[in-house]
Amino acid sequence: MKSFNYKRQNNYSWGMTIDLDRCNGCGACVVACQAENNVASVGAEQSGKERNMHWLRIERYIEGTYPDVKVRFLPMMCQHCERAPCESVCPVYATYHNPEGLNVQVYNRCIGTRFCGNNCPYSVRFFNWWDPAWDADQANQLNPDVSLRERGIMEKCSMCMQRIRRAKDHAKDEGRPVADGEIQPACAQTCPTRAITFGDRNDPDSKVHELMHSGRAINLFEEKGTHPAVKYLKGGAAHVI
Amino acid sequence: MSSDHLARAHGAVAGGGHGEVMAMPELESYRDPEAGKPRADYGDADIYRDEKSFNEHTLRPMFTTTPAYFIFVGALALVMANGFAWFTVQMFVGMGVTGLHEPVFWGSYIATFVFWVGMSHSGTIVSSILRLSQANWRRPILRAAEAMTAFSLLVAGLFPLIHVGRQWRVYYMFPFPNQRMLWPNFKSPLMWDFCAIGIYLTGSMTFLYIGLLPDLAAARDKAIADGNWRQHYLKALALGWRGSHREWAVYNKCSLFLAVVILCIAPSVHTIVSWDFAMTMTPGWHTTIFGPYFVLGAIYSGVAAVITLMILLRWIFKLDDVIREMHIDCLGKLLIVIAILWTYFYFTEFNVTWYSHKPEEWEIWEWQGRRFPHLLWLMVGGSVLTIFLLAWKDIRRSMKAMFAISLLVNAGMYTERYLIVVPVLTRRDNAFMWTDYFPSFTELSVIAASFAYFVFLYAVFIKLFPIVTMADVKEGVLISGDMRLGRHVARVQVKE
Repeated sequence: MKSFNYKRQNNYSWGMTIDLDRCNGCGACVVACQAENNVASVGAEQSGKERNMHWLRIERYIEGTYPDVKVRFLPMMCQHCERAPCESVCPVYATYHNPEGLNVQVYNRCIGTRFCGNNCPYSVRFFNWWDPAWDADQANQLNPDVSLRERGIMEKCSMCMQRIRRAKDHAKDEGRPVADGEIQPACAQTCPTRAITFGDRNDPDSKVHELMHSGRAINLFEEKGTHPAVKYLKGGAAHVI
Repeated sequence: MSSDHLARAHGAVAGGGHGEVMAMPELESYRDPEAGKPRADYGDADIYRDEKSFNEHTLRPMFTTTPAYFIFVGALALVMANGFAWFTVQMFVGMGVTGLHEPVFWGSYIATFVFWVGMSHSGTIVSSILRLSQANWRRPILRAAEAMTAFSLLVAGLFPLIHVGRQWRVYYMFPFPNQRMLWPNFKSPLMWDFCAIGIYLTGSMTFLYIGLLPDLAAARDKAIADGNWRQHYLKALALGWRGSHREWAVYNKCSLFLAVVILCIAPSVHTIVSWDFAMTMTPGWHTTIFGPYFVLGAIYSGVAAVITLMILLRWIFKLDDVIREMHIDCLGKLLIVIAILWTYFYFTEFNVTWYSHKPEEWEIWEWQGRRFPHLLWLMVGGSVLTIFLLAWKDIRRSMKAMFAISLLVNAGMYTERYLIVVPVLTRRDNAFMWTDYFPSFTELSVIAASFAYFVFLYAVFIKLFPIVTMADVKEGVLISGDMRLGRHVARVQVKE
């Protein structure tokens, strides 16, 4: 029963902060996410029909009129809501909340009613409209740790579940809890301005805990009462979205 | 008239089960005692003279088939084959062949699903309300209305299957546990929907079948007498009905019970369909008015569809003397009441949204007005216009006008379902994802096939089962008679 006790001893609650003052909208995280998670590339034509499946996207908000124009960037991905609207509406439990505070998608259970996508205020759930496909070179670099998704099912940001698993296994072998900063989702790892921080919200010494309690943290669509595990850091001279 | 007397009369109606048709002197009450001719309100044809001529007349659509029927069914089959072919492409290639995209996950399929569930509402609801309230004009229309319910539900039930991403895994939704004893999620409105529609389909099929029994017996007797091939299934389905006192007593009790049960189930079904939308937190869907709104809308479109069907039956099968102008008139009066209530619902919904001007909800309405102004006019204008048009008796008694009005109502109601699903999803909370949607050729083909499928089921039903509620009509003639009050002769009716 080692693994069971281990689970009990380490009460993880994964969370993420995104510093809006640091984000410059370069889009490296989007590319990293696609490469890491085997996100299908749908091609220019389907992308124009708004069928691209970027688990993480940079939303651009343009303020003012030319020439006095400001562009704000907002990296948007699954918010891993504590009270997730997508979870209760799924008839087949394809999406549920795992004990570590993540909203996870079980691909094999999904039948594609797409109800979850309709109830997600952030619009961060993606449907496989076609069989997944990649360009020739891309198809050779698929991540073996991540399952490929069939047509007709939903998928979304998993907070790089495979990396979390690997770090936990590694820590378990060494008989210690996962250290802060040991897990880095692909987006956080790639971000050149270090805008994205990932960690255990239950660990009072973690970086993510500190940032979440810095007074700069906000929830997106706070009024929806979804309690996201992803917090955005506002403040400084930056305009608040 | 005592209940014994009534039961004996009923027994006579069913023809005794020996292939012979009893004479029905009681049917004489259809004659005007003063003039000695058939009463004006029974139409011109002398079909109420005795039971045999009535049976012959009302069973004619079932036993007589013209080549035109086969051409019509063939045309329906073509439309169905086209829709099925496109659906097969969709299943093997992917949902990408539809016009759906991020984040418009539901589109015209779901709008059509709601439309068909709505259509199914009126049949049994109207039938059971009219049975329970003992409205005498209900008699000839019950069967056609109940059959409409059953078939539109069968069509509606296809849409969840058509619209899911993995049709081959749809049994995951069935309410039984998998190998790991994991049940489906009963917190999901889709599960409620699945169960509600299943219950309603079972209930309305039973209701239809129980109501059919005496007429099946009459049809069986005719089929046996004529040596018609229909006798084989009619013998089995009529369950050996002989029209005995006990059979009628059980039949009456059972229909009454089922009417009450159906009356409880039906509103819950469409409320649950509305909860597919209202239980979400999506602005424009998340509103408490949706339950009653959907139920009333369902009855509205259903009554209009009953009118459409009745007029078509009258016209195609020459049933003018059974489904008379009076019946369409009464249905028209019922439609006015529902249209007024329905317009009031539009008013409350629009008014409250406009006054509060909540940005995320108002954006949807404003966008809808910009994107679909013609559809909005069809939807709201159609229901307001219906009230005014139906206020005139001449219009209610004009079959062409009523046919046009009933189609207008259902065009408006289909539009309403489309406008519930689509504008809300194209204007979600996240303004970055605002978009537009138009159904693809695949979706339009499948939807056209669903209409063809409904008409096909109905057309086949007419050839296999009696479409007029014969026993009820005969009972209506039997229990009415004349009573002399001083110098006047009044038409009186024994209440059941």
